[in-house]
Amino acid sequence: MTVREIADKLNLKVFSGASGLDREVTGGYVSDLLSDVMGFAKDGSVWVTLQTHKNVMAIATLKELAAVIIVKGFEPEEDAKEVSEEEGIPILGSGEQTFELAGQIYNLLNR
Amino acid sequence: MRLDYDVAAGDFTRAGNASSAIKKTLKQIGVSPAVVKRVVVAVYEAEVNIVAHSYGGHITAEISPEGISVVLADTGPGIPDVQKAMQKGFSTASKEVREMGFGAGMGLPNIKENADDLKIETEVGKGTVLTIYIKF
Repeated sequence: MTVREIADKLNLKVFSGASGLDREVTGGYVSDLLSDVMGFAKDGSVWVTLQTHKNVMAIATLKELAAVIIVKGFEPEEDAKEVSEEEGIPILGSGEQTFELAGQIYNLLNR
Repeated sequence: MRLDYDVAAGDFTRAGNASSAIKKTLKQIGVSPAVVKRVVVAVYEAEVNIVAHSYGGHITAEISPEGISVVLADTGPGIPDVQKAMQKGFSTASKEVREMGFGAGMGLPNIKENADDLKIETEVGKGTVLTIYIKF
């Protein structure tokens, strides 16, 4: 499944990095602790978080994640969006809370 | 091959730049993706530690056909109790740094987990030198 399909099915807002919407999603990771993601997220995952700053994109880039999804209606900071554009790793947004959103993504990926 | 980077204290907007440059070089010279992933985790964590805890530092990466040795040297407070610092969950990071999602006490354990060899030389009041070695 691609980032675009997840964004469409779950009605996610695309904040930036639209050039990466066709990235293949192979899994997901949920954490707001950056070192947790750094140590344990797998490449190709979508990362669900409430963090909105630029370091999120540094990690997404280094770990070759498929996309970042920001929950609870939070919005990414400008410099985070810039990195997202440069690297072609989309930042998506949802008004949902982490639990509900992660459940929906899990269902999509395991259908 | 030798790569050099300065790391500024407290500048989180640039945290990860050295790790990213090292990653690109390793990929270019054809190091296996599994090894590159380990280098990235270890070096990023150590780079962030310089940003979060020191007064500034320097990263030197030496790449040979056998592996990569990365020396991360900073001037700073040093680590009073290395054993404690190595424990998962232990952190001395500030409230601001924690709010960004850093300072979970996972940095040094992540480095140890991904390095083939890790050496920590530290002196309280002077600074810390980490030497990370990862075989190709």
